[in-house]
Order: sequence, then structure tokens, then C-alpha cells
Amino acid sequence: MRLKCPANFRIIRLPCTGKIDVIHILRAFEKGADGVYVVGCMEGDCHFKTGNFRARKRVAQAAAILDKIGVGGDRVKMYNLSSGEGPLFAQYSIEMDEKIRALGPSPIKVALQAKKEAA
Amino acid sequence: MIIADKKPIEEIIQEVKDYDRLLVLGCNECVTVCEAGGKKEVEVLASALRMHFIKEGKEKKIDERTLERQCDHEYLEEIRDVIDQYDAVLSLACGVGVQFTAEKYHSTPLIPGVNTCFLGANEQRGMWTERCQACGACILARTGGICPISRCAKRVMNGPCGGSSAGKCEINKDLDCAWQLIIDRLRDLGRLDDYEIVAPIKDWSTERSGGPRTVVREDVQV
Repeated sequence: MRLKCPANFRIIRLPCTGKIDVIHILRAFEKGADGVYVVGCMEGDCHFKTGNFRARKRVAQAAAILDKIGVGGDRVKMYNLSSGEGPLFAQYSIEMDEKIRALGPSPIKVALQAKKEAA
Repeated sequence: MIIADKKPIEEIIQEVKDYDRLLVLGCNECVTVCEAGGKKEVEVLASALRMHFIKEGKEKKIDERTLERQCDHEYLEEIRDVIDQYDAVLSLACGVGVQFTAEKYHSTPLIPGVNTCFLGANEQRGMWTERCQACGACILARTGGICPISRCAKRVMNGPCGGSSAGKCEINKDLDCAWQLIIDRLRDLGRLDDYEIVAPIKDWSTERSGGPRTVVREDVQV
């Protein structure tokens, strides 16, 4: 389809979004990610029945933790689409890229960089 | 099992903020099953704390460890060789584990990471309900397997009381009247005659009101 999408995100493949856990999202932030978005199948279409519902809850849990520690829960988001919706995948990546750019770099990343420069 | 609930992160941050080297210590038993203080929760909490303090520009060492149990000497011994590396331990075990760890490592401050709630069952995913108050003198044989001590708000021994209405307790319309449950079960078991037997005055000395308790079993002592 040769769709245009931002080149600044890294795709981590999972067998099902139900595999994702809160710690996976938090670790990404701990390593300096500015945002994380999870793309699962359409709700009701999960091959494993509830995988994407579980993922949605865990994304919400991660967001709540990020809010409490001052990183910002709006840096994580869950999207749903079907495997045939490549253009929508590209659209979501552009949307997330714009959202994170508007929020600016993650305070963790800023602090890690400051620490590196000081060393 | 012992049911615990997570403490708010804000409260934990306040408690640990003065320590530079912290060990987040989980427990593989009850608190793992009730998803409050197992390996997973240790990972998440430690990660959140590390991020919080990095953001604040504070240099802190926050490590993770999960023991098989924190209420047994042999498992607690596993951290003896590393305990000196930490200024404090944030224990996600129940109150028993926190205290036993504190007793064993006398010079290390212990901070609880969970609120220990009760002895209960996993009624459904994400929901735990109280079933036992460890009164030390079980009467379940007489009450159809339903405990009036833990499940009746008044701990009535010959119930129900006047607050039972349509099978519910007066303190909460969603709470089953324990004595209604007992009568229903005795009826189903064909043992409703047992209900007629007036329960004797309970000996509460085996309960908490008799002070902290100890069980000594000479037959299993070595």
C-alpha cells in the first residue's frame, strides 16, 4: 500500500494484545520512550476471546500509574483495528506521533539525558 | 488465604522518599494469588518508583526480589547476604511477612507496601470476600459450613437478629445475612433440627481478645 507513517516508533510484535502487561508499558517509559500505543484487534473479534479487553484494562492501569508518578497517563493509548486496515494503522501512528510531539519529550527521557550529560 | 490490597503509590512514595537504596521485596504466596504483592506487582511498583525518582532528579538504587514466603526463616535467610546493601526494605508481603522480616533484620527499616485485609476466598476474578476471622475454635460443623463469626456483622451465635430482612443484613442491602445462609443450607442438608440447638456461650479466649496467640505443636517440633 506504500502508506506514509512516522519512522520514529518501534513495533513490538505480540501473539495477542492479551500478552501485554503493565510492566511492559512501564519498562518502555523507563528506557526513555515518549509514548506507547497498543494496537489490538477489533473488540469482539479477539481470536482468544478477551485478549484485547485485557489489554485495554492494562493500558488503563499503566496510564493510572504514569499519572500518579507525574509522567502523564495520556502518553499511552489503546487502538483497535482489523488486520485488513493498513491505512487506519498508518493513521493511528500519525495521530499518536502528533499527540506525543504536542506533549513533548517524556520527563523520564529528559532526566535520563540530563544524567548522561552530567556524567 | 490472606487477602491484601495495594497501597496507593503516593503513600508509598512518601514513606520511601528518604531512603537511597531500597529493596522491593515480594512474597510468592497469598499476596501473589490476590495480585497485591507478588513478583509482577514488585516489578510494576519498583519500575514506577524508579521512574518517579529519576524524574525528580534523585539518584536511587531500587532493586527487586520476591521470596517464596516472608513468614518462614529459611526463605528470609535468602536475603541475608544482600540486606546490608539497602537502607530500607519495602515489603509487599502481608503484615505477617513485614513483621517477620523486620524481626529478622533488626537494623533495616521495613515499610509495608500493601494493606493486609482479611482471611478470604477468591470469589471471582478481582473480588475477594472474607470467610474466616481465625477465632481459634471452629464451629462450622454446627452452622452448615457457614461462619457466623466472619460473615455476620454482629457475630451472633444464635441468629438471625432482628436486622435480617429478605435474606440481607441491615448494615448493607448487598450483604447476605449469614444466618439466613446457615438456615438455608441446614434445610438443604436435611439438618434443620441442628438449628434448634442453642449454641453455648463461645469461649472467646482463643480469639484476639485473649491477646496475641501462639500455637505450640510439640509433636512436630524437632
